[in-house]
Amino acid sequence: MTNFRTPLSRARGVGAAKHGVGHWIGVRLTAIAMIPLALWAVLAALALARTGYDGAVAWIASPVNATLTALFVILGFFHMHNGLQEVVVDYIERPISKLALMALNFMVCALAAGLAIISILKVALGGAL
Amino acid sequence: MSNPPVRERPLSPHTTIWRWHIQTMAASILHRATGIGLYVGALILAGWALSLALGPDAYTHYMELLGSPLGRVVMFGLTVAFFYHLINGVRHLTWDTGAALDLPSANASGWFSLIASPLAAVAVWVWAAMSGAL
Repeated sequence: MTNFRTPLSRARGVGAAKHGVGHWIGVRLTAIAMIPLALWAVLAALALARTGYDGAVAWIASPVNATLTALFVILGFFHMHNGLQEVVVDYIERPISKLALMALNFMVCALAAGLAIISILKVALGGAL
Repeated sequence: MSNPPVRERPLSPHTTIWRWHIQTMAASILHRATGIGLYVGALILAGWALSLALGPDAYTHYMELLGSPLGRVVMFGLTVAFFYHLINGVRHLTWDTGAALDLPSANASGWFSLIASPLAAVAVWVWAAMSGAL
């Protein structure tokens, strides 16, 4: 029987993580975006440490602060998810353990990022008064 | 039918016969270690946002927890990990362009990551103490 599949199509998706270069590019793009965001986050943390609850609510009510905090959370958790997945596929050989850890990594990141984003939006949009 | 003799395959990298390389080996391992450490930091950040949304009592308790002696030790450790991952991350991004991959450059930038990150963390904490954030 004639095989119509190209060599590239057979090679795609057989790596340890079952997918390709998007993962690598995703880590690099989020890393670049996180450089200015991380430096801003240091200044934000210092400002927030000086103030109490009311100050923190007023701080996050600013659209710029709310947006940058949400971006820091989204890009940070994306980068962290992909980064830990790299560690898992590098060191965990047993397929069932590897899959379980990759799923756990995804769920922890999705849950924590979801909670953080909704919390930020709730306070930023004036619900927590 | 006789089985072919099983030959022990060498493991890579050959950790038992390699000289420990501070600037490249340790720097690379630390990049992953600090990345895993920052996982905890990200969960602390998510907890902070959640406590803010839960109201003044939850927020005050959460900030007291972060300001406790143990909380401060953890936060200082995370500050060092944060700056190491940031500075060494820029080093990796530079390598991704194909630049500075020769051994003298890699050794020099490795030392820079290792020395600059604790210094940056101490500088931020001194600044925090002087500005009344502690």
